[in-house]
Amino acid sequence: MTDHSTPDPAALPNGPNHDGRRSFIKQATGFLGLALAPPLISQAERLTAISKKVEGVTEMRLKVNGAVRTIQAEPRVTLLDALRERLDLTGSKKGCDHGQCGACTVLVDGRRVNSCLTLAVMAQGKEITTVEGLANGEELHPLQQAFIDHDGFQCGYCTPGQIMSGVACLKEGHAKTDGDIREWMSGNLCRCGAYPNIVAAIRQVEKSGFKS
Amino acid sequence: MDTEPKFFETNPTAGVVGKPLNRVDGRDKVMGRAKYSAEFNNLPGLVHAVLKTSDVAKGRITGFDTTAALKQPGVLAIITHQNIPKLAKTPNDAEDKRAIGVHMGYLPLTDDQIYYAGQPVAVVVADTLERAQYAAALLKVQVAVEKPLASYEDPKARLFDPTKLQEGKTAPHVVRGSAQAAFAAAPIQLTHKYTHAINHHNPMEPGATTAHWEAPDRLTVYESTQGVTRTQKALSTMLGLSAEQVRVVTKFLGGGFGCKGSCWPHTVLTVQAAKFVGRPVKLALTRPQMFTSMGHREDQTQTLRLGATNDGKLTALIHEKTSTTSPWDNYAESNSKIVNMLYECPNFEASYQLARANVMTSTYTRAPGEAPGSFALESSMDDLAYQLGIDPIEIRLRNYAEKDPSSGQPWSSKSLKQCYARGAELFGWSKRNPKAGVTRNGRLLVGWGMATASYPVHNSQGMARARLYADGHAVVQSGATDLGTGTYTVMTQVAAEALGLPVEKVRFELGDTKLPTAPNSGGSVAAGTVSSSVYMAVQDLWQKLIKVAVLDKKSPLHRAKTADVEVKDGRLQLKDNPKKGEDFATLMKRADMADVEGNGQGRYGSGYEDAQTAANANPAKKDEAPHHSMHAFGAHFCEVQVDPDLGTVRVTRWVSVHGAGRILNAKTARSQIIGGSIFGIGAALMEATVRDQKLARYTNASLADYHIPVNADIPDMTVEFVEEHDPYINAMGVKGIGEISMVGVTAAVANAVFHATGKRVRELPITPDKILGTKAV
Ligand code: FES
Ligand code: FES
Repeated sequence: MTDHSTPDPAALPNGPNHDGRRSFIKQATGFLGLALAPPLISQAERLTAISKKVEGVTEMRLKVNGAVRTIQAEPRVTLLDALRERLDLTGSKKGCDHGQCGACTVLVDGRRVNSCLTLAVMAQGKEITTVEGLANGEELHPLQQAFIDHDGFQCGYCTPGQIMSGVACLKEGHAKTDGDIREWMSGNLCRCGAYPNIVAAIRQVEKSGFKS
Repeated sequence: MDTEPKFFETNPTAGVVGKPLNRVDGRDKVMGRAKYSAEFNNLPGLVHAVLKTSDVAKGRITGFDTTAALKQPGVLAIITHQNIPKLAKTPNDAEDKRAIGVHMGYLPLTDDQIYYAGQPVAVVVADTLERAQYAAALLKVQVAVEKPLASYEDPKARLFDPTKLQEGKTAPHVVRGSAQAAFAAAPIQLTHKYTHAINHHNPMEPGATTAHWEAPDRLTVYESTQGVTRTQKALSTMLGLSAEQVRVVTKFLGGGFGCKGSCWPHTVLTVQAAKFVGRPVKLALTRPQMFTSMGHREDQTQTLRLGATNDGKLTALIHEKTSTTSPWDNYAESNSKIVNMLYECPNFEASYQLARANVMTSTYTRAPGEAPGSFALESSMDDLAYQLGIDPIEIRLRNYAEKDPSSGQPWSSKSLKQCYARGAELFGWSKRNPKAGVTRNGRLLVGWGMATASYPVHNSQGMARARLYADGHAVVQSGATDLGTGTYTVMTQVAAEALGLPVEKVRFELGDTKLPTAPNSGGSVAAGTVSSSVYMAVQDLWQKLIKVAVLDKKSPLHRAKTADVEVKDGRLQLKDNPKKGEDFATLMKRADMADVEGNGQGRYGSGYEDAQTAANANPAKKDEAPHHSMHAFGAHFCEVQVDPDLGTVRVTRWVSVHGAGRILNAKTARSQIIGGSIFGIGAALMEATVRDQKLARYTNASLADYHIPVNADIPDMTVEFVEEHDPYINAMGVKGIGEISMVGVTAAVANAVFHATGKRVRELPITPDKILGTKAV
């Protein structure tokens, strides 16, 4: 079908230059977008973005759940796809890839973000926490346990996002009332309809006085 | 309003079955370890496929420009109808379709035709997802565009009267008594039209397939499906392989709600792509593609004519449904079934009309037929209550069906009266002001509504295997799937209780065609069938051990008659002298048996296989079972608050009470009822996929534009079950609750909206524009 030789994915990182110019143009749109929204990013981030030209497949270092991991990826790769496809951290889910469902929620420097709307290249040098990094070995985070106790899920697909969002929600002080929890957890869709149980789980951890 | 859930157990004195156990797969889910179908990343040389779909709804492909796409690094293949290898069979042929067992009678990439917007026209495979996506964007498709038909509402659409619906599974015409004459003679006559928007299931996990050809004639597919066996059959038949050459695995499923009940085109195309490139291929549908890849609930109008006496007794029900179907299939949800059976009414008539349009085939969507059908019936019943000044519950009691009006058969069990009474009590229904539009909370209008729920017990059967080890642990297997409904958990409970083991000592495995065959998880059959299969498999294993014991000279049961031996909590003993016996471990160790295995075939709906071993059954009544009508029943109660200026509706209180046979786990069952109610609240208040009437394309195919309920839309909910022992349905006495949880929900909301505002909305969803259309009070 194609004349292209088929690169073995394992060989890709150090493979021949894969047409860097086109990749740069693609990524440039992304950077431009960021430049237009300065309040959203730190000065340092902007400088990195503008000063360092990233082309084609490059090495990226991501600090995920406390460990620095290295991947080879193009700048257009989202943090979500980097986690799921490159690092085999499939706990973070893809429900929409457009920031509409929250299934991909992870913590970046302690803040909840939609990893499908975050470029992996921009997450370098930051602390990324995914659902896989929440428990202490086999000892669950209190909110994970509360989700189990209150049946805060059915299929479990939205659950990692709900839990990461819930952890942040508690930390932000947005879990003081049921109304607050409902409001501040509304960015995480659950089609199985576990909402009342999710509220109960977060309420339990809030009431327990747990400090993250 | 503190509402820590109280779990209602239907069988509180029994063992672990029914207990509100935490999910056995809970840890895997909260730790991110549960692997869904797009997450098997460690297959050797795994690459990514992306679908290129059609922007137009009708036309003919005249060519492709692949130049730019193929220049992209990492691109492995662009597969189109021009180069895709031929399949042994395709569903394009009606007879082959039946053999394959898929829902839709057309497979894309089999010719140059475009029949619907979003139809796949090419599959692009590349080494990374980003490269596949970008190459797909660069691929140019040349199309000779034609004008499409968008729906039955299109003036050019041709309505026709189907001779068969759902391939004969539903009768398109039903006549009982003489409904027309009875309606004409009725002192009360109500004629109303109800429309239902297109709904999409939108499970949070998009459809995904990972296909791995382990050898030229051996395929493993990790698939997001509600039925591994059905998918295996479909793929093997299309590929010209025998069933056992295709293995389908679904360990975790991110919801389904009906859309993962069939094998859809993207799955077949992924399998073909994997063959084409000679490597494992993964394809995950995008969210917009989810609107045009796995079916939907069809756009439909129902006309319901209701005739009644002055004291509110139904004399006639006439139901007509008009809906859109695809160019190939005659599919419509069977709305009339529930209209035919819910209330005592001597005269009934139903008919269906379809129009073909340029859309894919609609499909089973949670409570297919019962959900929209009950919207029409339960809204009209509410009208009748108001018109006659009778309480909505009372009007339903006046028409209470003591046997199934549609068949004349007695019910296998029915606890609807208890559901009404308990629901009313929990909700505080007696405090309701009978007048509509007069209850206020500040400036908000408050309304209370209720509706009846019912869902049939479908015929189904499946198998299970149980292996008990002498050291006191067990592995129990059935090729069922767990949509999130709790199959893993409830089957572990059923097995543990039957084996007399703690749940921690039992592992239940599912979701693999290598395991004993189980039916699709759909139509609320999984809990009943699989639990009965598991129960029977354990009984089979006990029978084998009993035979060993009575032949074993050293056993206290030596020479006993097998029929005189029973097993209680893992101990084999004489029925009339329980002291005489021994536990299985002692027996197995002495007999040098490492393990013992049993097989079971559980049935659902048509009676149990072996009354001797049925936990819930009266053996003397076995032969009567098929002569019963089997349904679960329930009632939903809803409070809404309506903003009279903005027209917004909020559900502020909710009570559901169901009688659904034995409840296997009070906690997961409660969650399922809550989930179904929320699904229905979505359909009632916000869910609508809008198909452009000129272009036949969806205008809101995303989760930002297709609104499903979010956390802030949903109040705390109260759920209870009525204790109910059904001696006929299956070995475990389980009716299933996946669908009934949604039936009647839209009507309960609409009835509450009427009570709040005095405005009857018969067009779903009830969006603010429809409320504001008239003066509220
Ligand atoms: S996948 Fe990121 S918000 Fe939906
Ligand atoms: S648990 Fe299934 S989507 Fe939330």
